Amino acid sequence: MPLESKRRFIDYFKNFNYEKLGSLIALAALFIISGIANPIFFRPLNIMNILRQISYVGTIALGMTFVIISGGIDLSVGSLMALLGGIMIIVINQFGGNVLAILIAMVVGAGLSVVLGFGTGLLITKGKIAPFIATLGTMAIYRSLVLYFANGGEYRSISSIYPKIGGGKIPLGESFFIPTPVIIFFVYAIICHIILDKTRFGRYVYAIGSNESAAIYSAIKVDRVKTMTYMIVGFSVFLTSLMLSSRMNSVSSTSAGLGFELDAIAAVVIGGTSMKGGRGWIWGTVFGAIILGIINNMLNLLNVSPYLQGAVKGLVIIGAVLIQRKRS
Amino acid sequence: MSKTILRAKKINKDFAGVQVLFDISISGERGQVHGLIGENGAGKSTLMKIIAGFLQPSSGRILIDNKPVNLKDPAMAKRMGITMIHQELNLVEDLKVYENIFLGKEIKQGMLLNKRNMIHRSKEILKELGEEEIDPLEDVRNLSVAKKQMVEIARAISENSRILIMDEPTSALTDYETEILFKLIKELKQKGVCIFYVSHRLKEVKEICDVVTVLRDGRVIGEYDVSNVSEVELANAMVGREIKNMYPQKPIPKDEVIIEVKNLNVPGLVKDVSFQLKKGEILGFAGLVGAGRTEMAEALVGLRKKASGEIFLNGEHVYINNYEDAKQLGISYLPEDRKQNGLVLDMNIVNNITLISLEKYMKLLIDKKKEMEKAKEYREKFDIRCRDLFQEVRYLSGGNQQKVVLSKCLEVEPQILILDEPTRGIDINTKYQIYQFIANFVKSEKSCIVISSELQEIIGLCNRVLVMREGKIVAELMGKEINEEEIILYATGIKEEVY
Repeated sequence: MPLESKRRFIDYFKNFNYEKLGSLIALAALFIISGIANPIFFRPLNIMNILRQISYVGTIALGMTFVIISGGIDLSVGSLMALLGGIMIIVINQFGGNVLAILIAMVVGAGLSVVLGFGTGLLITKGKIAPFIATLGTMAIYRSLVLYFANGGEYRSISSIYPKIGGGKIPLGESFFIPTPVIIFFVYAIICHIILDKTRFGRYVYAIGSNESAAIYSAIKVDRVKTMTYMIVGFSVFLTSLMLSSRMNSVSSTSAGLGFELDAIAAVVIGGTSMKGGRGWIWGTVFGAIILGIINNMLNLLNVSPYLQGAVKGLVIIGAVLIQRKRS
Repeated sequence: MSKTILRAKKINKDFAGVQVLFDISISGERGQVHGLIGENGAGKSTLMKIIAGFLQPSSGRILIDNKPVNLKDPAMAKRMGITMIHQELNLVEDLKVYENIFLGKEIKQGMLLNKRNMIHRSKEILKELGEEEIDPLEDVRNLSVAKKQMVEIARAISENSRILIMDEPTSALTDYETEILFKLIKELKQKGVCIFYVSHRLKEVKEICDVVTVLRDGRVIGEYDVSNVSEVELANAMVGREIKNMYPQKPIPKDEVIIEVKNLNVPGLVKDVSFQLKKGEILGFAGLVGAGRTEMAEALVGLRKKASGEIFLNGEHVYINNYEDAKQLGISYLPEDRKQNGLVLDMNIVNNITLISLEKYMKLLIDKKKEMEKAKEYREKFDIRCRDLFQEVRYLSGGNQQKVVLSKCLEVEPQILILDEPTRGIDINTKYQIYQFIANFVKSEKSCIVISSELQEIIGLCNRVLVMREGKIVAELMGKEINEEEIILYATGIKEEVY
C-alpha cells in the first residue's frame, strides 16, 4: 500500500505539466524577489492588502477561466460589473437601505447577472456570433446603460450597513484579520475548482474547448454547456460587483470596472490557461491574479511611476505566455 | 552519372531519449519507386520526415548526388528537390484550391500575384490527375477528404521535385482515385523522379514499387526486389510472425431483425435508403467516397438532420433526433475521422473513453477511480499501448488512438455498432485485432455495420454488402456475389440493379 501511494505521488508530478508549474514557479520567484527588494512586502498587513485588491478582478477571472477553456471570451465583464453595481444601489435606495433592501438587491443582481449571461450564451450559440464580437457589443451596451441611468455621474447608496459586506473583515488573533472579499474569493475558487475538475459540466468544458466536433460526436449538448460558461462568468461578475459597490457604497458610472476584462483575461492567461481553449486550471488563475497583484504592489512600494505600471504588467503577461510556450 | 540520387547512411533518431530509428540506411534511384512498409510505430514516417527536412537525425548522414547535405529544414530539402506528401492533410482549409497548390511558391507579376496564371496551372495539374471536376477556385474546406488528398498530391507535383515522398497517400482514396494516382506515379517514374512510397497496403506496394524496404521497431528488416517476394513474405517480415488468416470466420446471423430503416432521406446526400440489419450480422456498406455512406450513418444516429425516414428497433418505431437518443437506444457510431470527430487530442486516454458516458461515473462528483478501473479494462481488452492511461491521446499511434475510440463506442453498451472506416491508416496487427473484435462482438446477438472504402475488408468481414452510389443503395450482395468486381461495377454505376 505505501508503495502504491508513493507511485501515485510520483504519477501526480509526472502529470503535473509545465504549463501548470510555470505560473507557480513565477509566483514563488516574484514573492522572494519582492521580499528582498523591500522587506515591508512580507508584512501580513501588506500581504492581506494585496489579496484584497486582487480578489475583485480575481473573482471575475475565475469565471472567465471557464469561458476561455471552452474556447470563448467575455469582454463585457467590466461594464457588466458597473451595471450590476448601479442597479443594486438603485434597488437598495428604493427599499430604504435596510437589510431587506440589501437582500432584495442581491437577488436582483444575481438574477440579472445570470440572465444576461444566458443571453450572451444564446447570441453566441444560437446566433452564431463570435464570442469576441458578441461581448464587444454587450460591453458597449452595458456601459452605455450605466452612464445613462446615472447621467454620467455616480450611484450613491443611502444604506449604512451595505459597506459592511465589502469592507468587512474577520479578525484572526489580535492585530490580524482577513477582509471578506479575500474569503469570498478563495471559497469561490474552491467551488470553481470542484466544478471544473470534478463535475461532468467541467469535463465537457475542456472537451468543447479542445475539439468541439468530437464533443458533438460524444453526445454532449455543446450549446448548453457553452451558455452555462457565460452564466458562470456573469455570476462571478455579480460577486465582484457586490464586493466593490458595497465597499465604496457607490459606483462611478464612468470608471467602475474599467479595464477589468483585460486584467481578468491576463490573470487567466498568466495562470497557464490556453487562449485557444481546452487547457487550463482554476488554481493557475488564482496564481495569475496574485502575480498581477504583487507586481502592482511592488511597483508602488518601489515608487515606480504609476504611468509605467501598465508597461511592466504587459511585459509580465507576454513573458509568462512565452515561457509556457517554450516549456510545452 | 550514377543512378543513385539519394543515400541515407546509418540514420539514428531519438525523441527525448527514446530511440526510434536504429542505424537505418536506405537509398533511392532515379526513376525508381521505393516502397517503405512497416507497422505503425515502425519509424516509417519519422525516417521520411528526416529525409524531407522536417526532423533532424540524431546521427547519420544524408548524401544527395554523392554529396553530403545538411537538411536543416523543409525549405532546404525543397531546394535539393525533395517534396513530401504528408499522411495528415496539410492544407489551409480557408484558402482556395489554387492558392493551396501554390502556397509558398506563388507566381508573381512584379509585386502582385498572377492569379490567372496560377489558376490556369492548377487546372492543368488537376487535369493530369484526372480531377477536372475540382474547381481551382473552390474553398478547400468544401472538398471531401479524398479530393483534399488529391489537391495535396497536386501541390507536391507542381514542385517538379526530383525526390517525391508519399506517406500513405491512398489511405483516404477510393480504388478509382488510387488507380489514377498509380498511373501518375508511373509517369513520374518515366521522367526519372525518385519516389518513396510509404504504405500499409501490401497489395499496392506489390503493384507500384520496384524495391521495398521493410522496417520493424525502427530497424531495417530487409530490402526486397518486389518481383521476387510475395505479399505473405512481406507481411511476415513486417509483423515478425506469421499471419495466416487476416479475417475471422464469418458469423452466422439470426433471423430476427434488430433494426429496420425505411426511406431515410438527407437532402442532396442520401436518397430513400431502406435496409434491415439482423441480429448477429455484419453488414457492409461499400461505395466510392462521397456516395453518402457516412451521411447515411450520421443521419441514422441523429448527428445529421434527416428530411424523412423511419427507424424500427426490434420492431418498435423509434425516434432518433440527436446522438443522445441513439446512445440511449444502444446504437453507437465510430466516426470516419478519428482525430477530428472521435477524439479530444488534448485529453488523456481515460477522459476520452468516458467522455460519452460520464453519467455512469457520477456520484455527487465524477468518480475518477471508477473511470480509471474501466479504462484499465479497455487497455486489457484491446491491448492499448501507452505510457500510462493519463497520457494525452495525441501522443498515441494511429492504431492505439483507434482502440481508444472503439473503447469509447463500447462505453454506451451498444447492441448496434456502426464503424465508419474502422481501420483507416492503422497497422496490420491492430487491423487484425479489430477484425477479431468485430467477429466476437456480433456473437452475442449484437450487430455491426461496417462502412469501408477498403474492399478487401468489406469482402473479408461482412455477411452482406450494400453498395451505395450517389446517395442511393444500388445493390445488395450476399455470399459469392461479394467480390471486388461486383462491388466496383455497382459502385461506379456500370451495373445497375433495382434494389
